[in-house]
This record gives sequence, C-alpha cells and structure tokens, in this order.
Amino acid sequence: MNAKRKLLVLTAGLALAGFASIASAQEVYIPLISKGFQHQFWQAVKQGADQAAKDYKVKVTFEGPETEQQVDKQIDMLSAALAKKPSAIGFAALDSKAAIPLLKKAQAAKIPVIAFDSGVDSDIVLTTAQTDSKAAAALAADKMAEKIGGEGEVAVIGHDQTSTTGTGRRDGFVNEIKAKYPKITVVDIQYGGGDHLKSAEIAKTLLQAHPKLKGIFGTNEGSAIGAGKGLKEAKKTGVVIIGFDSGKAQKDMINDGTIAGAITQNPVGIGYKTVEAAVKALKGEKLPKIIDTGFYYYDKSNMADPKIAAVLYD
Amino acid sequence: MNQATPSSSWLSKLMGGQAKQKLLAFASLVTLILVFTALKPDAFMTSDNIIGILQSTTVIGVLAIASTFIIITSGIDLSVGVLMTFCAVMAGVFMVNWAIPLPLGVLGAILIGSLCGTTSGLAITKLKVPPFIATLGMMMLLKGASLIITATRPIYFGEVEGFDQISLGSLIGDLVPALPIPNGVLILFLLAFNSAFILNKTALGRYTFALGSNEEAVRLSGVNVDRWKIIVYAFSGGICGIAGLLIASRLNSAQPALGQGYELDAIAAVVIGGTSLSGGVGTILGTIIGAFIMSVLINGLRIMSVAQEWQMVLTGLIIILAVYTDNLRRNKK
Repeated sequence: MNAKRKLLVLTAGLALAGFASIASAQEVYIPLISKGFQHQFWQAVKQGADQAAKDYKVKVTFEGPETEQQVDKQIDMLSAALAKKPSAIGFAALDSKAAIPLLKKAQAAKIPVIAFDSGVDSDIVLTTAQTDSKAAAALAADKMAEKIGGEGEVAVIGHDQTSTTGTGRRDGFVNEIKAKYPKITVVDIQYGGGDHLKSAEIAKTLLQAHPKLKGIFGTNEGSAIGAGKGLKEAKKTGVVIIGFDSGKAQKDMINDGTIAGAITQNPVGIGYKTVEAAVKALKGEKLPKIIDTGFYYYDKSNMADPKIAAVLYD
Repeated sequence: MNQATPSSSWLSKLMGGQAKQKLLAFASLVTLILVFTALKPDAFMTSDNIIGILQSTTVIGVLAIASTFIIITSGIDLSVGVLMTFCAVMAGVFMVNWAIPLPLGVLGAILIGSLCGTTSGLAITKLKVPPFIATLGMMMLLKGASLIITATRPIYFGEVEGFDQISLGSLIGDLVPALPIPNGVLILFLLAFNSAFILNKTALGRYTFALGSNEEAVRLSGVNVDRWKIIVYAFSGGICGIAGLLIASRLNSAQPALGQGYELDAIAAVVIGGTSLSGGVGTILGTIIGAFIMSVLINGLRIMSVAQEWQMVLTGLIIILAVYTDNLRRNKK
C-alpha cells in the first residue's frame, strides 16, 4: 500500500518537475494577478499580456480566483507571486484595501506594481491600465436614448453590486439618463451575477412587471446574453438591448438583431498595456497615473471594422 | 482500527487511536513539501512563503474543524462558508456600526454562529429536514441576509483598534522575533487542540461519534438524540463564527458576497484527513493535515507557475487519490 502511494507521489513529483522546466530563472518575470481567469474577458486580457511578453521578451504568468468575491484567495495568489521574487507585478484588485500589506511588501522589495482593470487606493501602484467604466456606460445610455427615441421606460440588469465595474457601469448609465434624458425613466435595476440563466429570468420578470418597457442595459457579457435569451423566450420584440463586452453568443445576438449593440472595452489592450507599463517601469521610465485603454460602441454595421474586430473576442 | 503497537501507544492516544492512518497522511504532506522544496528551494522554502501557506490555511482549517464534527455524525453542513461570512458581517455590525467594544463584538459573532447552527440543528431534528437540504436552505438564507444587512457593500474595520491583530498580529513574534507566526495560525492550532480534546475526551465527542455510528442504537439506549445533534450543530456554528472573525480580521473588512464554495474546500480537507462521509470515523489532526495538504499543494503549484487550469486538475486528482488510498487501507483491515 505504502509502496503504491510512494509511486503515486513520485509520479506527481515528476509531473511537477516537467512543469518546472518550463519556468526557468534569470529572466524578466512578471506575474499578473487578475480578478478571474475563466471568463472570455480575462482570457482576452491574458492574450494581450502574452503578446506583450513576446514583443518585449519577458515571461508572464496569469492567475486569478474562480469568482470575483474570493478576496482572500486572490491575496494568497499575490503572496505566492511575491515569493517567486518577480521583476514586476500586474495586479487587478478585488478589494484594494485588503491587499495593501502585501503591496507594501512589494514596495519594500522594490518590485514595481502595475494595476490593471481597476485601481488600487494607494500610491504604491505606479499606474493603472483600465477602462473608464462610467464614461463607457454613459455611451451605452446615449445609444439607448437614440434607439428608443428619447423617451420611455428602461431597466438595468447588472452583474454585481459590489465591484467597481458593477457599480461604475450601473451609475454611469443611470446618471447619464438622469442628466440628459428627462423623459426616460430607469424603472428597475436587478442583478444576475453575470449568469446567463439568472439574467434571462430577470429579463422575463422585468417584461412582466413593466409591459411598457422599451429598453434593457445588460452591464456585462452574461447580463446582456441573458437579457437577449429572456426576450426570445418571452417572444417579445421591440425592446432595445444594449450590452457590454463581447463573446460569441453576444456577437451572434447582435447579428440576428436581438441585441441592438454593445460597448466593448479593449481587454487585449488592458493586458498588453499592463505588461508594457511594467517593462517601462523596470527601465525607469515615468508613467502616467492612468492608462485609459479605451472603449467602443459596436453593432452589426461596424463589427467587421478592423479597429473593432481587433478588440472583440469570442 | 485501534491496533496500535505498544511503542506507538502514546501516539495513538494523542491522535485519537488512528495513528497509522495519520502517519500516512502526514507522510504525504511531508513528501509534498520535500518535492516542492527540491524543485523551487529559493522560493518555496522561504519564511515569507511558509507564513503565506500557514496564513492561507487558517480559514479553511477552522471551517474544516467545524465540518469534521458534523461529518462524524454522518451529517453534512453546506452552510459553513456562508455562515462564516454572516458572522463576519455581524462582527462588523457590532463593532463598526454599533461601536461595541472588541471583546464583546468577538463574543457576539461567535454566539451568532452558534445561534445559526442551532437553527440548522432544529430544522434537522424537529422539522425532520435532511441535513443536506436544511443547510442548503441555511446557506441561501444567510447569503441573502449578509447582502441585505450590508446593503451589498463591504464593512471596513479601519476604525476598530486592534481588530486586524486577531489574524495579522503575532503574539509569538513579539516574544520570539525570529518566529513571526501570525495570530490567525496560533488560533487555528489552539482551536484544533481544544477540538481534539472535546472530540476524544468529553460527552459531546462521544455522542458525536455515537450518532454517526448507529443513531438508532443511541436513541434506544435512552439518549436524547435530538438534543445532542442540535448541540453539535451549535458547536460547529460557533467555530464558523471564529472563522468569520479570522477572515474579517485578515481582510480588515467583512465581504458580504464571499464564502460560497468554501464549504467544499473544507469538506475536501476533512475527507483527505481520513474522516468518512458515512460518519462515525474521524479525527481533528487528520483534518488539519488534510487542510495543509490542500494549501501546500496549491501554493507549491503556484510557486512553480503551473497554469491554473492544471492546478485544478491536479488538486482534484489528489483528493480522489487520497480518499482511494484511505479506502484501500480500511478494506484491508
């Protein structure tokens, strides 16, 4: 029994050794600690980071917790990344205050920290590569107003109530409507956790509760796809959906007209700029406080535009 | 099970009569540490990283202790992760919103945990709802309650003097500067020691095992089964309260949306440690070793820069392997 177990451990050890050989020392190494890794959005950020790693000849790894609530697991990841004595670190904080002690440790060890996707409340980070969430959602509000003729009832399906992107996009949309379109009312804001199915149920309930509803803003990929699914299942037409981010399902819905259009961030650019900023920091170059990685509105008409197509992901 | 040789009898006493099994689990843990040390000596075996591993085990370790009691009674508690969060939130309400002094706030959070555990226990015994369902309901209920109470925003403990010291301070480090072991780790080990004592030396422990081995026989012998079951759930709930304080102190905030999924990590640690899901068998030491096997494995794979997808695959394989080898050993006897 013991022998069998020993064998198993040995096999595991050998497998690990195989992985280890991929990671050799003595090179510029920049771990990116992200907010997640399995969503297509984060995979696109990773893709940008990998591209920059190739261009600047550095080594990059990419890790993030399974859900965007696991603040403590992200801290463990940051702690393990620091133990590897990296050249610089890219960090997308789930809760920036919780990470301060470790970031101070990085600062003491003279490891430059570059924030990406959302900022950190501290001057330890040299710069932040991110999308301006409020401005991006305000653009969604403008497009919504344009499509529904400047008046009527609209609703928001949010992806969460705690993260800065969740609240920023919600507030950016709602404030823009309030400030510029007095004849439009936001009748309801519900949260589906970015889950397709939950968001679809929410959309159907919204249609039941507000028969005159003219538009829905879905604040991320899952929320927008869910809104589209809900509309299809309820066999309802004439409700304008504005989505956020991309992904194959959302692009298909934009092509078949279920979703009018969506705001896309530039996730590939976020990843690329983060690694680029880290490389610049290592060379001692000065960095701006915020690197705005940009956003665009896209619909059926401009999806194939090379500038847009480059930042959309499947 | 209790076939300890004379030479290892002190060991078996210490470890609740299953010395051999614990030694095997411990040997796996040591092997894992040796493998990672050999592969990445300059990063894995550093004091910072070791403290990182200890620190990352505290919360799951404490939750796993709570789960061990429940699982030995052949029950299951799916609400431990979310209950931890609820207690963290209530600690925030007590100490931040109501400005109750720290010791009372700590006590209050633990009491809230016990109260929730009692509620689960009542639902299981008096309403005859199976533990899986009762605690599933409790999990959803508490998750919602945490979000409602906090209005979905984290509560920050910045104003509460000394709160972050519960996890991050170091009493040991104050005495021996060379050993900056965080208090959270100290609390984990103290709790493990006390829980092992309770499990092996007190009536509560005896009934915990008895309920899991043959509940009907216990009932027929005139014991108030319902009462003891409720006490076990209340006790386990109180331990979740401690976990809530530890995580809140570590993050210096109560994060209302956190916690779901932690119950599965805790259950994994418990079964790796040799506690059987069918009840009646289990030790605290095994659970602690199980929790460390999980966190050493995950930390080591991270240090090796193994891609995250593969970290998950390997962790899953290790859990199945651990329980499989344990079964083989059992069947042989």
